[in-house]
Amino acid sequence: MAVIEWVRFLAGTALLVSGLIIFAIEMIGVFRFKYVLNRMHAAAMGDTLGIGFSLAGLILMSGLNFTSLKLLFVIVFLWFSSPVSSHLIARLEVTTDEEKEKHYKILSLEELEKEVEE
Amino acid sequence: MSRKLTDEQYRKTKSWKFRQWLDGTKDPYLDAVEMKPQIAYQEDKKAKHLRSEEKREIVRRVYDIEHNAEMKIFRKIYRIFSVIFCIALVFMLLVAVSNLPPFGNADNPANNEVAARYIEQGLEETGAVNLVTGMILDYRAFDTLGESHVLFIATCTVLILLRTDRKESREYMEANDRTYEPKNDVILQTAARILVPPIMIFGVYVVLAGHLGPGGGFSGGAVIGAGLILYLNAFGFAKTERFFTVKTYKKMSFAALACYSLAKSYSFYTGANHIESVIPLGTPGAILSSGLILILNICVGVVVAGTMYTFYVMFRKGGY
Repeated sequence: MAVIEWVRFLAGTALLVSGLIIFAIEMIGVFRFKYVLNRMHAAAMGDTLGIGFSLAGLILMSGLNFTSLKLLFVIVFLWFSSPVSSHLIARLEVTTDEEKEKHYKILSLEELEKEVEE
Repeated sequence: MSRKLTDEQYRKTKSWKFRQWLDGTKDPYLDAVEMKPQIAYQEDKKAKHLRSEEKREIVRRVYDIEHNAEMKIFRKIYRIFSVIFCIALVFMLLVAVSNLPPFGNADNPANNEVAARYIEQGLEETGAVNLVTGMILDYRAFDTLGESHVLFIATCTVLILLRTDRKESREYMEANDRTYEPKNDVILQTAARILVPPIMIFGVYVVLAGHLGPGGGFSGGAVIGAGLILYLNAFGFAKTERFFTVKTYKKMSFAALACYSLAKSYSFYTGANHIESVIPLGTPGAILSSGLILILNICVGVVVAGTMYTFYVMFRKGGY
Protein backbone atom coordinates (compact mmCIF):
# COMPACT_ATOMS: atom_id res chain seq x y z
CA MET A 1 0.00 0.00 0.00
CA ALA A 2 2.86 2.34 0.82
CA VAL A 3 4.04 2.11 -2.80
CA ILE A 4 0.67 3.32 -4.09
CA GLU A 5 0.73 6.20 -1.59
CA TRP A 6 4.18 7.17 -2.80
CA VAL A 7 3.15 7.00 -6.45
CA ARG A 8 0.13 9.16 -5.72
CA PHE A 9 2.21 11.70 -3.85
CA LEU A 10 4.81 11.87 -6.60
CA ALA A 11 2.19 12.22 -9.34
CA GLY A 12 0.45 14.98 -7.38
CA THR A 13 3.73 16.80 -6.83
CA ALA A 14 4.62 16.47 -10.51
CA LEU A 15 1.27 18.01 -11.49
CA LEU A 16 1.67 20.82 -8.95
CA VAL A 17 5.18 21.60 -10.17
CA SER A 18 4.09 21.62 -13.82
CA GLY A 19 1.27 23.99 -12.85
CA LEU A 20 3.80 26.26 -11.16
CA ILE A 21 6.07 26.14 -14.24
CA ILE A 22 3.13 27.21 -16.39
CA PHE A 23 2.42 30.07 -13.98
CA ALA A 24 6.06 31.13 -14.29
CA ILE A 25 5.82 31.07 -18.11
CA GLU A 26 2.64 33.12 -17.83
CA MET A 27 4.37 35.75 -15.70
CA ILE A 28 7.30 36.00 -18.13
CA GLY A 29 4.86 36.35 -21.04
CA VAL A 30 2.84 39.06 -19.32
CA PHE A 31 5.95 41.11 -18.71
CA ARG A 32 7.71 40.45 -22.03
CA PHE A 33 4.90 41.12 -24.49
CA LYS A 34 4.01 44.68 -25.41
CA TYR A 35 0.52 44.59 -26.91
CA VAL A 36 -2.63 43.86 -24.87
CA LEU A 37 -3.86 40.89 -26.87
CA ASN A 38 -0.47 39.17 -26.75
CA ARG A 39 -0.26 39.70 -23.02
CA MET A 40 -3.78 38.40 -22.56
CA HIS A 41 -2.87 35.29 -24.51
CA ALA A 42 -0.07 34.67 -22.04
CA ALA A 43 -2.21 35.48 -19.01
CA ALA A 44 -5.09 33.25 -20.06
CA MET A 45 -2.76 30.24 -20.10
CA GLY A 46 -2.18 30.42 -16.36
CA ASP A 47 -5.85 30.89 -15.60
CA THR A 48 -6.81 27.70 -17.42
CA LEU A 49 -3.93 25.27 -17.79
CA GLY A 50 -1.84 26.36 -14.81
CA ILE A 51 -4.71 26.32 -12.37
CA GLY A 52 -6.01 23.09 -13.91
CA PHE A 53 -2.67 21.34 -13.34
CA SER A 54 -2.26 22.66 -9.79
CA LEU A 55 -5.80 21.75 -8.71
CA ALA A 56 -5.51 18.33 -10.37
CA GLY A 57 -2.38 17.77 -8.32
CA LEU A 58 -4.20 18.76 -5.16
CA ILE A 59 -7.08 16.41 -6.06
CA LEU A 60 -4.63 13.53 -6.52
CA MET A 61 -3.01 14.29 -3.19
CA SER A 62 -6.24 14.53 -1.20
CA GLY A 63 -7.81 11.40 -2.71
CA LEU A 64 -11.47 10.68 -3.28
CA ASN A 65 -13.50 12.80 -0.87
CA PHE A 66 -15.76 15.83 -0.70
CA THR A 67 -12.86 18.28 -0.83
CA SER A 68 -11.60 16.89 -4.13
CA LEU A 69 -15.14 17.17 -5.56
CA LYS A 70 -15.17 20.82 -4.57
CA LEU A 71 -11.78 21.32 -6.21
CA LEU A 72 -13.12 19.70 -9.37
CA PHE A 73 -16.01 22.17 -9.35
CA VAL A 74 -13.51 25.01 -8.95
CA ILE A 75 -11.68 23.78 -12.08
CA VAL A 76 -14.94 23.58 -14.04
CA PHE A 77 -15.98 27.06 -12.90
CA LEU A 78 -12.64 28.59 -13.80
CA TRP A 79 -12.57 26.91 -17.21
CA PHE A 80 -15.98 28.36 -17.92
CA SER A 81 -15.46 31.86 -16.62
CA SER A 82 -11.85 32.76 -17.37
CA PRO A 83 -11.93 32.24 -21.18
CA VAL A 84 -15.25 34.07 -21.42
CA SER A 85 -14.00 37.07 -19.50
CA SER A 86 -10.79 37.27 -21.49
CA HIS A 87 -12.86 36.96 -24.68
CA LEU A 88 -14.92 39.98 -23.59
CA ILE A 89 -11.84 42.04 -22.74
CA ALA A 90 -10.21 41.11 -26.07
CA ARG A 91 -13.34 42.11 -27.96
CA LEU A 92 -13.48 45.44 -26.17
CA GLU A 93 -9.85 46.00 -27.13
CA VAL A 94 -10.58 45.16 -30.78
CA THR A 95 -13.57 47.51 -30.99
CA THR A 96 -11.91 50.44 -29.24
CA ASP A 97 -8.42 50.16 -30.73
CA GLU A 98 -7.65 53.36 -32.65
CA GLU A 99 -4.42 52.22 -34.33
CA LYS A 100 -5.39 48.81 -35.62
CA GLU A 101 -2.90 48.80 -38.49
CA LYS A 102 -0.04 49.25 -36.06
CA HIS A 103 -0.97 46.25 -33.95
CA TYR A 104 -2.42 43.58 -36.19
CA LYS A 105 -3.59 42.65 -39.68
CA ILE A 106 -7.21 41.88 -40.38
CA LEU A 107 -7.44 38.94 -42.81
CA SER A 108 -10.38 37.19 -44.40
CA LEU A 109 -10.26 33.40 -44.39
CA GLU A 110 -9.06 33.11 -47.99
CA GLU A 111 -6.23 35.53 -47.33
CA LEU A 112 -5.36 33.60 -44.21
CA GLU A 113 -5.09 30.38 -46.19
CA LYS A 114 -2.74 32.07 -48.63
CA GLU A 115 -0.60 33.37 -45.76
CA VAL A 116 -0.37 29.93 -44.25
CA GLU A 117 0.58 28.36 -47.57
CA GLU A 118 3.35 30.89 -48.06
CA MET B 1 -17.48 9.49 -53.24
CA SER B 2 -20.43 7.28 -52.56
CA ARG B 3 -22.98 10.02 -52.24
CA LYS B 4 -26.53 9.69 -53.50
CA LEU B 5 -27.22 13.41 -53.66
CA THR B 6 -25.83 15.71 -56.28
CA ASP B 7 -23.54 18.53 -55.25
CA GLU B 8 -26.26 21.18 -55.22
CA GLN B 9 -28.60 19.06 -53.18
CA TYR B 10 -25.84 18.22 -50.77
CA ARG B 11 -25.08 21.86 -50.22
CA LYS B 12 -28.56 22.37 -48.77
CA THR B 13 -28.23 19.68 -46.11
CA LYS B 14 -27.10 20.29 -42.58
CA SER B 15 -24.28 17.81 -42.79
CA TRP B 16 -22.54 19.97 -45.39
CA LYS B 17 -22.79 22.98 -43.09
CA PHE B 18 -21.49 20.92 -40.21
CA ARG B 19 -18.60 19.67 -42.30
CA GLN B 20 -17.80 23.23 -43.37
CA TRP B 21 -17.81 24.30 -39.76
CA LEU B 22 -15.63 21.34 -38.84
CA ASP B 23 -13.11 22.15 -41.53
CA GLY B 24 -13.10 25.79 -40.55
CA THR B 25 -13.81 26.97 -44.09
CA LYS B 26 -16.75 28.99 -42.89
CA ASP B 27 -17.51 30.45 -39.50
CA PRO B 28 -21.24 30.45 -38.81
CA TYR B 29 -20.91 33.27 -36.30
CA LEU B 30 -18.51 35.50 -38.17
CA ASP B 31 -21.20 37.54 -39.91
CA ALA B 32 -23.61 37.38 -37.02
CA VAL B 33 -21.22 38.83 -34.48
CA GLU B 34 -21.43 42.53 -33.92
CA MET B 35 -17.95 44.00 -34.02
CA LYS B 36 -18.41 47.65 -34.92
CA PRO B 37 -18.89 50.49 -32.45
CA GLN B 38 -22.44 51.70 -32.12
CA ILE B 39 -23.59 55.01 -33.53
CA ALA B 40 -23.07 57.88 -31.14
CA TYR B 41 -26.13 59.36 -29.51
CA GLN B 42 -27.59 62.35 -31.35
CA GLU B 43 -28.68 65.03 -28.95
CA ASP B 44 -31.76 66.97 -29.94
CA LYS B 45 -31.88 70.76 -29.73
CA LYS B 46 -34.01 70.89 -26.62
CA ALA B 47 -31.68 68.70 -24.63
CA LYS B 48 -28.68 70.69 -25.83
CA HIS B 49 -30.33 73.92 -24.74
CA LEU B 50 -31.13 72.37 -21.36
CA ARG B 51 -27.55 71.22 -20.98
CA SER B 52 -26.15 74.63 -21.83
CA GLU B 53 -28.27 76.13 -19.09
CA GLU B 54 -27.18 73.48 -16.67
CA LYS B 55 -25.28 75.86 -14.41
CA ARG B 56 -28.26 78.14 -13.96
CA GLU B 57 -30.46 75.09 -13.52
CA ILE B 58 -28.25 73.71 -10.75
CA VAL B 59 -28.27 77.03 -8.89
CA ARG B 60 -32.04 77.19 -9.19
CA ARG B 61 -32.49 73.63 -8.02
CA VAL B 62 -30.04 73.74 -5.15
CA TYR B 63 -31.07 77.06 -3.65
CA ASP B 64 -34.72 76.76 -4.68
CA ILE B 65 -35.30 80.49 -5.02
CA GLU B 66 -39.04 80.13 -5.52
CA HIS B 67 -39.61 78.64 -2.09
CA ASN B 68 -37.08 80.82 -0.33
CA ALA B 69 -39.16 81.80 2.70
CA GLU B 70 -40.17 78.23 3.49
CA MET B 71 -36.60 77.03 3.06
CA LYS B 72 -35.32 79.67 5.49
CA ILE B 73 -37.75 78.58 8.22
CA PHE B 74 -37.02 74.91 7.55
CA ARG B 75 -33.29 75.48 7.76
CA LYS B 76 -33.55 77.29 11.09
CA ILE B 77 -35.66 74.49 12.59
CA TYR B 78 -33.31 71.92 11.10
CA ARG B 79 -30.25 73.55 12.66
CA ILE B 80 -31.84 73.83 16.09
CA PHE B 81 -32.97 70.20 16.03
CA SER B 82 -29.62 68.92 14.80
CA VAL B 83 -27.81 70.74 17.63
CA ILE B 84 -30.25 69.32 20.20
CA PHE B 85 -29.87 65.82 18.73
CA CYS B 86 -26.08 65.99 18.77
CA ILE B 87 -25.97 67.22 22.38
CA ALA B 88 -28.35 64.45 23.47
CA LEU B 89 -26.29 61.82 21.65
CA VAL B 90 -23.01 63.07 23.14
CA PHE B 91 -24.57 63.11 26.62
CA MET B 92 -25.87 59.56 26.27
CA LEU B 93 -22.55 58.24 25.00
CA LEU B 94 -20.60 59.98 27.79
CA VAL B 95 -22.91 58.48 30.42
CA ALA B 96 -22.42 55.04 28.86
CA VAL B 97 -18.63 55.46 28.78
CA SER B 98 -18.51 56.59 32.42
CA ASN B 99 -20.12 53.32 33.44
CA LEU B 100 -17.55 51.18 31.60
CA PRO B 101 -14.55 49.67 33.41
CA PRO B 102 -11.26 51.55 32.87
CA PHE B 103 -9.54 50.95 29.54
CA GLY B 104 -6.55 48.60 29.38
CA ASN B 105 -7.13 46.96 32.73
CA ALA B 106 -6.07 43.31 32.65
CA ASP B 107 -8.97 42.25 34.85
CA ASN B 108 -11.63 43.66 32.51
CA PRO B 109 -14.38 41.17 31.65
CA ALA B 110 -13.80 41.76 27.93
CA ASN B 111 -10.30 40.32 28.28
CA ASN B 112 -11.18 37.06 30.02
CA GLU B 113 -14.82 36.32 30.71
CA VAL B 114 -16.37 37.23 27.35
CA ALA B 115 -14.10 35.12 25.17
CA ALA B 116 -14.24 32.19 27.58
CA ARG B 117 -18.04 32.34 27.69
CA TYR B 118 -18.30 32.49 23.89
CA ILE B 119 -16.18 29.37 23.54
CA GLU B 120 -17.61 27.39 26.44
CA GLN B 121 -21.30 28.18 26.24
CA GLY B 122 -21.69 29.54 22.70
CA LEU B 123 -23.06 26.29 21.25
CA GLU B 124 -25.46 25.84 24.15
CA GLU B 125 -26.81 29.39 24.17
CA THR B 126 -27.03 30.19 20.46
CA GLY B 127 -27.43 26.70 18.97
CA ALA B 128 -25.13 27.58 16.06
CA VAL B 129 -22.35 25.15 15.19
CA ASN B 130 -20.45 27.98 13.51
CA LEU B 131 -19.37 30.01 16.55
CA VAL B 132 -18.52 33.10 14.54
CA THR B 133 -22.06 33.31 13.20
CA GLY B 134 -23.38 32.70 16.70
CA MET B 135 -21.30 35.62 17.88
CA ILE B 136 -22.13 38.15 15.18
CA LEU B 137 -25.81 37.29 14.87
CA ASP B 138 -26.68 36.51 18.49
CA TYR B 139 -24.38 38.08 21.06
CA ARG B 140 -23.49 41.04 18.84
CA ALA B 141 -26.57 41.17 16.63
CA PHE B 142 -27.01 44.87 17.27
CA ASP B 143 -23.67 45.49 15.59
CA THR B 144 -24.70 43.45 12.53
CA LEU B 145 -27.96 45.37 12.30
CA GLY B 146 -25.88 48.54 12.13
CA GLU B 147 -23.75 46.98 9.39
CA SER B 148 -26.72 46.14 7.21
CA HIS B 149 -28.02 49.67 7.75
CA VAL B 150 -24.64 51.00 6.67
CA LEU B 151 -25.07 49.05 3.41
CA PHE B 152 -28.58 50.43 2.99
CA ILE B 153 -27.40 54.00 3.64
CA ALA B 154 -24.54 53.53 1.17
CA THR B 155 -27.06 52.51 -1.50
CA CYS B 156 -29.22 55.52 -0.66
CA THR B 157 -26.20 57.80 -1.07
CA VAL B 158 -25.27 56.22 -4.39
CA LEU B 159 -28.89 56.61 -5.50
CA ILE B 160 -28.84 60.31 -4.55
CA LEU B 161 -25.54 60.95 -6.32
CA LEU B 162 -25.88 58.86 -9.47
CA ARG B 163 -29.58 58.46 -10.18
CA THR B 164 -30.77 60.33 -13.24
CA ASP B 165 -34.34 61.40 -12.63
CA ARG B 166 -35.11 63.38 -15.74
CA LYS B 167 -36.32 61.56 -18.77
CA GLU B 168 -34.02 63.21 -21.33
CA SER B 169 -30.87 62.48 -19.39
CA ARG B 170 -31.97 58.92 -18.82
CA GLU B 171 -32.45 58.45 -22.55
CA TYR B 172 -28.98 59.87 -23.08
CA MET B 173 -27.50 57.47 -20.55
CA GLU B 174 -29.33 54.53 -22.05
CA ALA B 175 -28.10 55.32 -25.55
CA ASN B 176 -24.54 55.64 -24.27
CA ASP B 177 -24.79 52.48 -22.22
CA ARG B 178 -21.87 50.25 -23.21
CA THR B 179 -21.10 52.21 -26.37
CA TYR B 180 -18.12 50.11 -27.35
CA GLU B 181 -18.88 47.01 -25.37
CA PRO B 182 -20.32 44.12 -27.35
CA LYS B 183 -24.02 43.57 -26.78
CA ASN B 184 -25.70 40.19 -27.25
CA ASP B 185 -22.42 38.33 -27.15
CA VAL B 186 -23.13 34.69 -28.03
CA ILE B 187 -20.22 33.29 -26.04
CA LEU B 188 -21.07 35.26 -22.91
CA GLN B 189 -24.73 34.35 -23.19
CA THR B 190 -23.98 30.65 -23.48
CA ALA B 191 -21.59 30.77 -20.54
CA ALA B 192 -24.09 32.75 -18.47
CA ARG B 193 -26.89 30.34 -19.29
CA ILE B 194 -24.80 27.54 -17.83
CA LEU B 195 -23.16 29.43 -14.97
CA VAL B 196 -25.91 31.62 -13.51
CA PRO B 197 -28.13 28.87 -12.02
CA PRO B 198 -25.28 27.13 -10.13
CA ILE B 199 -24.03 30.51 -8.88
CA MET B 200 -27.48 31.41 -7.56
CA ILE B 201 -27.96 28.01 -5.93
CA PHE B 202 -24.52 28.22 -4.36
CA GLY B 203 -25.31 31.69 -3.01
CA VAL B 204 -28.58 30.48 -1.49
CA TYR B 205 -26.71 27.51 0.02
CA VAL B 206 -24.09 29.79 1.57
CA VAL B 207 -26.82 32.00 3.07
CA LEU B 208 -28.82 29.09 4.46
CA ALA B 209 -25.84 27.16 5.84
CA GLY B 210 -24.38 30.17 7.65
CA HIS B 211 -24.98 28.72 11.10
CA LEU B 212 -23.66 25.27 10.16
CA GLY B 213 -20.36 26.13 8.53
CA PRO B 214 -18.40 28.88 6.85
CA GLY B 215 -20.69 31.32 5.13
CA GLY B 216 -23.52 33.57 6.13
CA GLY B 217 -25.52 36.51 4.89
CA PHE B 218 -22.70 38.76 3.78
CA SER B 219 -20.76 36.26 1.68
CA GLY B 220 -23.85 34.50 0.29
CA GLY B 221 -25.46 37.81 -0.59
CA ALA B 222 -22.31 38.83 -2.43
CA VAL B 223 -22.41 35.58 -4.45
CA ILE B 224 -26.08 36.10 -5.38
CA GLY B 225 -25.36 39.71 -6.35
CA ALA B 226 -22.49 38.60 -8.58
CA GLY B 227 -24.81 36.09 -10.29
CA LEU B 228 -27.36 38.84 -10.92
CA ILE B 229 -24.69 41.09 -12.39
CA LEU B 230 -23.50 38.30 -14.70
CA TYR B 231 -27.07 37.70 -15.87
CA LEU B 232 -27.52 41.41 -16.51
CA ASN B 233 -24.28 41.63 -18.48
CA ALA B 234 -25.24 38.71 -20.68
CA PHE B 235 -28.90 39.44 -21.38
CA GLY B 236 -29.33 43.16 -20.84
CA PHE B 237 -31.75 45.29 -18.88
CA ALA B 238 -34.85 44.17 -20.77
CA LYS B 239 -34.61 40.72 -19.19
CA THR B 240 -33.60 41.70 -15.66
CA GLU B 241 -36.17 44.46 -15.32
CA ARG B 242 -38.90 41.87 -15.58
CA PHE B 243 -38.08 40.70 -12.07
CA PHE B 244 -35.75 43.25 -10.49
CA THR B 245 -36.46 46.97 -10.60
CA VAL B 246 -35.78 49.71 -8.11
CA LYS B 247 -39.25 49.10 -6.67
CA THR B 248 -38.39 45.47 -5.95
CA TYR B 249 -35.15 46.57 -4.36
CA LYS B 250 -36.91 49.09 -2.11
CA LYS B 251 -39.51 46.55 -0.97
CA MET B 252 -36.92 43.82 -0.49
CA SER B 253 -34.51 45.83 1.59
CA PHE B 254 -37.28 47.44 3.62
CA ALA B 255 -38.81 44.05 4.38
CA ALA B 256 -35.45 42.53 5.26
CA LEU B 257 -34.37 45.38 7.53
CA ALA B 258 -37.77 45.57 9.24
CA CYS B 259 -37.78 41.81 9.77
CA TYR B 260 -34.29 41.98 11.25
CA SER B 261 -35.22 44.84 13.57
CA LEU B 262 -38.43 43.14 14.73
CA ALA B 263 -36.75 39.78 15.34
CA LYS B 264 -33.89 41.35 17.22
CA SER B 265 -36.07 43.69 19.28
CA TYR B 266 -38.11 40.64 20.32
CA SER B 267 -35.03 38.87 21.60
CA PHE B 268 -33.71 42.03 23.27
CA TYR B 269 -37.06 42.54 24.99
CA THR B 270 -37.24 38.98 26.28
CA GLY B 271 -33.58 39.01 27.28
CA ALA B 272 -33.75 42.31 29.15
CA ASN B 273 -36.92 41.33 31.05
CA HIS B 274 -35.77 37.77 31.78
CA ILE B 275 -38.70 36.26 29.87
CA GLU B 276 -38.27 32.80 28.35
CA SER B 277 -38.03 33.13 24.54
CA VAL B 278 -40.64 31.14 22.59
CA ILE B 279 -38.31 30.41 19.70
CA PRO B 280 -36.70 26.97 20.15
CA LEU B 281 -32.99 26.57 19.57
CA GLY B 282 -33.35 23.13 18.00
CA THR B 283 -30.65 20.50 17.77
CA PRO B 284 -27.28 21.98 16.81
CA GLY B 285 -26.27 20.92 13.30
CA ALA B 286 -29.79 20.73 11.86
CA ILE B 287 -30.75 23.22 9.17
CA LEU B 288 -33.72 24.52 11.21
CA SER B 289 -31.81 25.27 14.38
CA SER B 290 -30.20 28.04 16.36
CA GLY B 291 -33.35 30.14 16.77
CA LEU B 292 -33.34 33.45 14.95
CA ILE B 293 -29.92 33.19 13.34
CA LEU B 294 -31.20 31.59 10.13
CA ILE B 295 -33.81 34.33 9.64
CA LEU B 296 -31.28 37.06 10.35
CA ASN B 297 -28.86 35.48 7.86
CA ILE B 298 -31.53 35.50 5.16
CA CYS B 299 -32.33 39.16 5.88
CA VAL B 300 -28.69 40.18 5.66
CA GLY B 301 -28.24 38.14 2.47
CA VAL B 302 -31.19 39.84 0.77
CA VAL B 303 -29.90 43.31 1.67
CA VAL B 304 -26.36 42.54 0.50
CA ALA B 305 -27.48 41.00 -2.82
CA GLY B 306 -29.75 43.96 -3.62
CA THR B 307 -27.06 46.43 -2.65
CA MET B 308 -24.41 44.87 -4.89
CA TYR B 309 -26.73 44.75 -7.88
CA THR B 310 -27.99 48.31 -7.32
CA PHE B 311 -24.44 49.66 -7.03
CA TYR B 312 -23.54 48.08 -10.35
CA VAL B 313 -26.65 49.38 -12.11
CA MET B 314 -26.21 52.88 -10.70
CA PHE B 315 -22.62 53.16 -11.80
CA ARG B 316 -23.40 51.80 -15.24
CA LYS B 317 -26.64 53.51 -16.19
CA GLY B 318 -27.88 55.69 -13.35
CA GLY B 319 -31.32 54.30 -12.65
CA TYR B 320 -33.38 51.31 -13.57
